[in-house]
Amino acid sequence: MSTARRPRITFEDIGDVTVVKFTDKKILEEQAIQNIGDDLFKLVDELGRKKLLLDFVTVEFLSSAALGKLIRLHQRLATGGGKLILCGISKTIMEIFELTKLDKMLKIVKDEQTGLNAF
Amino acid sequence: MPEPESETVAEVCFASDWPEVRRVQREIELALVPFAFPDRDQFYIKIALEEALVNAVKHGNRLDPAKHVRVRYTITALRFEAYIADEGCGFDPANVPDPCSPENLERPCGRGLLLIRKFMTTVEYHGRGNCMSMAKVRTAS
Repeated sequence: MSTARRPRITFEDIGDVTVVKFTDKKILEEQAIQNIGDDLFKLVDELGRKKLLLDFVTVEFLSSAALGKLIRLHQRLATGGGKLILCGISKTIMEIFELTKLDKMLKIVKDEQTGLNAF
Repeated sequence: MPEPESETVAEVCFASDWPEVRRVQREIELALVPFAFPDRDQFYIKIALEEALVNAVKHGNRLDPAKHVRVRYTITALRFEAYIADEGCGFDPANVPDPCSPENLERPCGRGLLLIRKFMTTVEYHGRGNCMSMAKVRTAS
């Protein structure tokens, strides 16, 4: 029997791009990060989405475990000919991406519209 | 802002499970409130604390609920300090691969220690590496 839980993301398809928003302001807890990862990978593996735009506009805190999930998602999409773009990242969260050099690996844009235009 | 001489000192010992990690984090966040550190300092402390506690529970104690993590923290108007000890085998931080090097960039793990080091003013490891102390000096406004 599966354990019901609340979704950690919401998503909307705009053309062939799936725009994802997070329901948590703090992406810190291990279990929450695992659930977020599960929800994101379902979009790719089960629902066949190839263009994901992750909007971090509501996110205030992000731990390194969440970065790991993003890297795996990026790799999964790239393997399948898809693309991942991040947007809406605050200055403080951006510092995390810059310190870890992930701003060089992941495509990060300013906002949702810029992201939609970048695919 | 609290009087310059006020200080909070506390010690907590908890079992290696995630609800306990959350509880201790909330306790320390609440303890920080009266000291009104700048927002950016609070962000740095919160992230570093998260990374350090997760490391202690997940990597140090291997999520064994029989093993505990001890945290002693001191907060003054000028400084936040935390001493965190797990019951694991320890490690040598010098042996942790650089997550920013090109060959490691696509690895999904290994960034927690980097964030702690970058966000805290000082970080030290003690004993066999199962104890660490970190401090953040208040940023002058």
